[in-house]
Formats: sequence, C-alpha cells, structure tokens
Amino acid sequence: MKITIRFWISLVLSLPMLATMILKPLTGWMLPGSKWTMLVLTTIIMALSARPFLESSWASFKKHHSNMDTLIAVGTTTAYLYSIYAMFTGKEVFFESAAFVITFILLGQVLEERMRNNASDAIEKLLDLQAKEAEVKRNGKFVKLPVDQIMTGDEIRVKPGQKIAVDGLILTGSSDIDESMVTGESMPIKKEVGDKVIGSTINSNGTLIFRAEKVGDDTMLSQIVELVKKAQNSHAPIQKLTDKVSDIFVPVVLIIAIVTFLVWHVLVGVSIASALNFAVSVVVIACPCALGLATPTALMVGTGRGAKLGILIKNGEVLETVNDITTVVFDKTGTITVGKPKVTDIVGDNKHVLQVAATLEEFSEHPLATAIVDEAKDQALFIGQAQDFKAVGGQGVFAKVKGQQAFVGNEKLRHNFDMTQELQQKMASLQDEAKTVVLVGLDQHVIGLIAIQDVPKETSKEALNALKVRGLKTVMLTGDNQRVAQAIANQVGIEQVIAEVTPNDKAKQVKLLQENGKVAFVGDGINDAPALSTAEVGIAMGSGTDIAIDSGGIVLVKNDLRDVDKALALSKKIFDRIKLNLFWAFIYNILGIPVAAGVFYGLGLTLSPEVAGLAMALSSLSVVTNSVLLNNAKITSKVETA
Amino acid sequence: MSKIIILIVGILLIGFIIWWFLGNHEIEENAADINFITDRQNIDVEVKGGYSPETVILKKDVPATINFTRRDSSNCLDRVVFPDFGINQILPKDETMQVKIDTSQVGEFKWVCGMDMFHGKVVVES
Repeated sequence: MKITIRFWISLVLSLPMLATMILKPLTGWMLPGSKWTMLVLTTIIMALSARPFLESSWASFKKHHSNMDTLIAVGTTTAYLYSIYAMFTGKEVFFESAAFVITFILLGQVLEERMRNNASDAIEKLLDLQAKEAEVKRNGKFVKLPVDQIMTGDEIRVKPGQKIAVDGLILTGSSDIDESMVTGESMPIKKEVGDKVIGSTINSNGTLIFRAEKVGDDTMLSQIVELVKKAQNSHAPIQKLTDKVSDIFVPVVLIIAIVTFLVWHVLVGVSIASALNFAVSVVVIACPCALGLATPTALMVGTGRGAKLGILIKNGEVLETVNDITTVVFDKTGTITVGKPKVTDIVGDNKHVLQVAATLEEFSEHPLATAIVDEAKDQALFIGQAQDFKAVGGQGVFAKVKGQQAFVGNEKLRHNFDMTQELQQKMASLQDEAKTVVLVGLDQHVIGLIAIQDVPKETSKEALNALKVRGLKTVMLTGDNQRVAQAIANQVGIEQVIAEVTPNDKAKQVKLLQENGKVAFVGDGINDAPALSTAEVGIAMGSGTDIAIDSGGIVLVKNDLRDVDKALALSKKIFDRIKLNLFWAFIYNILGIPVAAGVFYGLGLTLSPEVAGLAMALSSLSVVTNSVLLNNAKITSKVETA
Repeated sequence: MSKIIILIVGILLIGFIIWWFLGNHEIEENAADINFITDRQNIDVEVKGGYSPETVILKKDVPATINFTRRDSSNCLDRVVFPDFGINQILPKDETMQVKIDTSQVGEFKWVCGMDMFHGKVVVES
C-alpha cells in the first residue's frame, strides 16, 4: 500500500478521536460507543497504516538492526497494547496516541518523500533537455535520425530554433547559440565555422552544419549529469558524526525510554499509564529522520543548484574544505587573461595601418597574425589581396600590396624601410607596457605600429576584487617574464606575482604557498593538472566542450573568472545549510528527549505522544524544506556587479 | 512488590537491548556467482529490515550486477545509495532493480539507504 493511501486511512479514522479530544472537555460530547469505537478505529489504523512499520522493524530486529521504524513501532504498539489491557481492567486508555502518532508520521513522510524526489530528480531532468532526433547526413542526404544513432564524424544540420543534438565542430554557417542550459550563461553566444557547439543547446537564428565529435555518454551534458549525480550522493566528512550516532541511536533511545518509565513508575510512583505516556513520548520524539536527512538533502539540492549555474562541485569534502581556504592562486594565461592575444594599440593612420597589416597576415596562422586579422574584421575593414607572399620565420611576413612592397613583423624585418624618431620612441614605451609590438611597413616607410597583448578578461578585475573583499589572498603564477606578468597583475589587482614558473614547477609553488594556509588553485585543467591536484581545492575552468572534469574539485563550465567567487559563495552556503540542518536535528533531539521524558514536569512542560509525533514529523520536514530552499537562496558575491 | 518485578523486568530489557543491538553479531556475507560463459557476476540482495546479504564479495574486473529487491515497505529503504559510484537507485517495492558495479578497483565500497540508517558493503577482491 502506498504511503499516501496509508496516510489518508489513518487521518480519516483519527478524526473522530480528535473530535472527541477537543469536544469532550468543552461540551461533554463523546464518541458513540466510546472506548469500543476507539479500539476498532485504532485497530484498523494499526493493521493497515502502521503495519509496514511493524513489519520493517521486525525484519530489521531479526538482523540486530534498528531504525526509526523500530521507534515508531515500539511507541505505537506499546500505547495500543497497553490501552487494550487497560480497557479490560477498567483503567484509562490512550488509543488516540497511537492513532495520532501514526497519522502525523505518515504526513511527514508523504511530504518529505515528495520533496526528496523533487530534489533528486532535478538533475536527471537535465538529460531530458537533449534533442530527440537530428538531421544527419547519410549517403549525401540529410535524414532525420534518433539521437542515439548519431556517430562521431557524422555531419548534422541544425535549423534556427532547433536543438543541437550532440557536441561537435561547426563546418558551415554561423549563429547565436543559447547555451544557458549547460553553462548557465544567459546571453546567446555567437558561433562560427571552427567553433565548438555543445549538445542540447539551442540554435537561435542561423542554419549550421556541424560534425559530431562526442556522442552518447561522452557529451558534455552527460558528463555534467554524471558528475553532479556523484556529488549529490557523496558523503561529507561532517556526516561521519551522524553515521556513528545512527548506529547506536535507536538502542540508546529505547534504553532511555525504559529508564524513563522505571523512574516515573517505580521511583516517583505515578500510574503505569502515565509512566508509559512519558516513555512513549520519548520513543516517538527521538526518531532520527531529521538527522539522517540533514546532510544528503542539502548536498543534493546545493550541488544541483550549482550545476544550473555552471558550477560543478564534486563532492561534500570539497564543500567543507572551501571554508578553510586562505589563498587563491591563479594561472595567468587563459584564466586571468583571455588566452588569445589581442590588438591593444595602433600607432599611425589607424585604418590604413591595420588594413595593410591584415592584408599581409590574412593567411598566416601565427597567433599575432590572427589577432591583427580579427581586429580588422571587428572594425569591418576591407581586407585586400597580397602578392608574392613570403613568411620569414620568427620575424614576420613580406608581400606586395597593390604593387608596393610591404611587411609586417618585428624590427629585424625592417631592413631599409625608414622609421621616424617618434615611432621609435612609441615602440619603446609600448614595450615597457609589456606589449608585443609589430611594425607595419609600406613602400619603404614604416607607416605604423601595432601593439598586441594577451589582455585580461573583462571580468577578471571584478572577480579578483570580489575575492579580496572575501578576505582571500590572490596570487598569480605564470611562465611569462616578470614585466609582462606584473603589468597584467596591476591591471586586475593581483596581490602577488610569481613569474617565470615552468609548468612543472607550478605544483611546487602551490606547495610553498600551502605553508601559510589552505590554497585553492584556479587553472584551465589541461596544463595545470598537477597544480590543481596539489592544491586543497582545485578549480578547473572549462572552455568549450573540453571541460577537464577529472582534474578539479570544482569545475567551472563557463570561462568566467567571476564564477570562482560564486563557487566559493555557493559552497559556503551549502555547508552552512548542512550545519544548520544538523544543528536543528541535534538540538531537536537533545531538547526533545528530556522534555518528553518529563524532566521539566515540575515546570509544567510535558509532551504527549501525539504532540511528539507531530513535532517529529515537522522536524524532518523542516530539514528537507531548509535544504530545498537552497534553490532560492541568493548566491551573491560581496561586490556589486558592475 | 509489583514495582520490584517491573523494575527487574525493565533492567533485564535494557540488558537485552544492549546485547541484541550493540553486541557483536555475525554479519551475513555472500560472494557473487560468476557466470563463466558470459563472464559476468550477479548477486541478489533482499531488502527487508536491512540488506541480506549485507556484505557482497565481487571479483575484480568481472562486470558485476547487484539485484536489489525491496520487500520492505518502509520508506527508509526506498533508495540505495553508493556514494563512491554516484549511484542513487530508487527501489520500488517488490521490483528487482539492477545496479551495475564498477569492479575495476579493489577495495571496500559502502552502500547506504536513502536516510543513511542501513548500511551494506561491496568488497572487490582480486
């Protein structure tokens, strides 16, 4: 029988007894048939609604185990059996206690089950976001196929408004893509030929053809779901305490209940019925559900919430460690900076210089060339055609533009092109700013300079500021020379720079920093794996579909440094919630048991079994609610967003 | 007089609880059956007032499935959770649910019920 049905049965049958309880002192109204009716109603409740508790506790009793069902079963059967005995010996009965306790506990379980299912299924729902079918090229034609038949290497066409089926690389077309369901990034992202697309994201306005690169369980979404599922079911170290307690909890409560009974009856000398009432209250209030639910529910909801924000927290252990972090170490390239050199300054006739340079560099694959061409495209400049193209390794390129000899490159390539004093000075000063400077020459003259730098991400400064406000020390590790590194550090507000570090030494540097406290390392996860695993908390930043899921304790799906602060804020919030839950669960039992045992009887403070049952239902419900509310909790960094 | 009898019964009951629940009792332990034709190992675990067997022994590198069947209607046991493997399987009553276990590593892996009250473990041996 389902819990809901069991609940309704016991509720409906308890109502007449409730009516008696309320109306008898007021109007003297009595249930027709009085005790006999009560006996019948309670017997039905015991037989239908309470039976599973009895069966389960008996089954676990035989295995030398005990659980909350044991307590419910012992509590209610004691009340029930004693009442039958009392009825025939003409003493006071308390059938209604058994009935009410069952009703309240079932109510708690019905609500709690619903919430638990909501919390745990949320992440699996992510997988439902996947497209069901896609247009796949087979034998030269695009045909509709179910997603599970897509193989890597397949070409897939996506029309505007459709979902991208699997992870892949764009072959033709361009479009704005809404990736919010995977990365948490709310703005659509412009993607062009050569860019990667993520399965389950939505293609908004252009038609794309892409090549499937990852399918099935290898897709980013599947991996995220897998990781989050693991995190949700992981154990937090703080749980060890409750694990230990739960083994001995129930037997200890049973012993306390017996002692309570003996003290009241034998020592104080109250009637067996009153003494039993105290004992039953103790057993009922002590049900350790809230304790057991405190950590798992918060972990489940919290890590699920993180996934929606593009922040994947691997397990409960990471959550706890984050709270002790004192230093955050960043890798520079690709983490603080964009990782792609960009044009920062153009000296000379802006458009002309850039146009000539872009014309020469259009077919070069050098990162500096890419930066120049990108800049020209951004400014919507016409890129002409160069003839007699000649690349000089490590120096630049030569070519003819409209019949005139031209070059783009460093000083060595200048040869007999003349250069004004002003440009010479400008070049020196740009170099002092740690920028790479290329010369643009045309028809025997150097017509201008282009300065290129791997610029910090727009959000880096804000992100680092947020961490500073949080009271954390920020450190940057880089293989670059001190001058370049310091220039970047000054721009974004990094406190300490450790430059000229080889990739292998990054882990060593992290170890040195660990002498002063716990360290979080933020890196891209591909080159920084040793440093990520050396740090107490490794935060891997993803870029595109290759999120380095294994290397970090926290994985940021979005390539946004502000998420570091958000991840820390979220971890703290979840951990605080766990502590709050445990606090309430413990306090509840620690205070509830003595009250139920009648320790405060002298102060007029007692707890009847049915109130204990209600309180116990409310306690587990409040813990679960508290956890579910994590979904709505504000995750704010301490700095206002600019 | 009756009070003295009640007192003695109560104390005996306490003694019994301590011995029964907290004493050292044998734990049911079973090794999985290995099917050498399909090269798979299977074991059934009945979920009723706990798990029987409570300890499951598996052989390393042989794909393994544990078949959980919940006979108990307590919602305490309505899920089985393997924290190490990220498995959180709902166990509908009287249905057999298969849980696949990664046996690529030797070691002890605990499983718990949804509320962390009942425990069992998988031991992967080489």
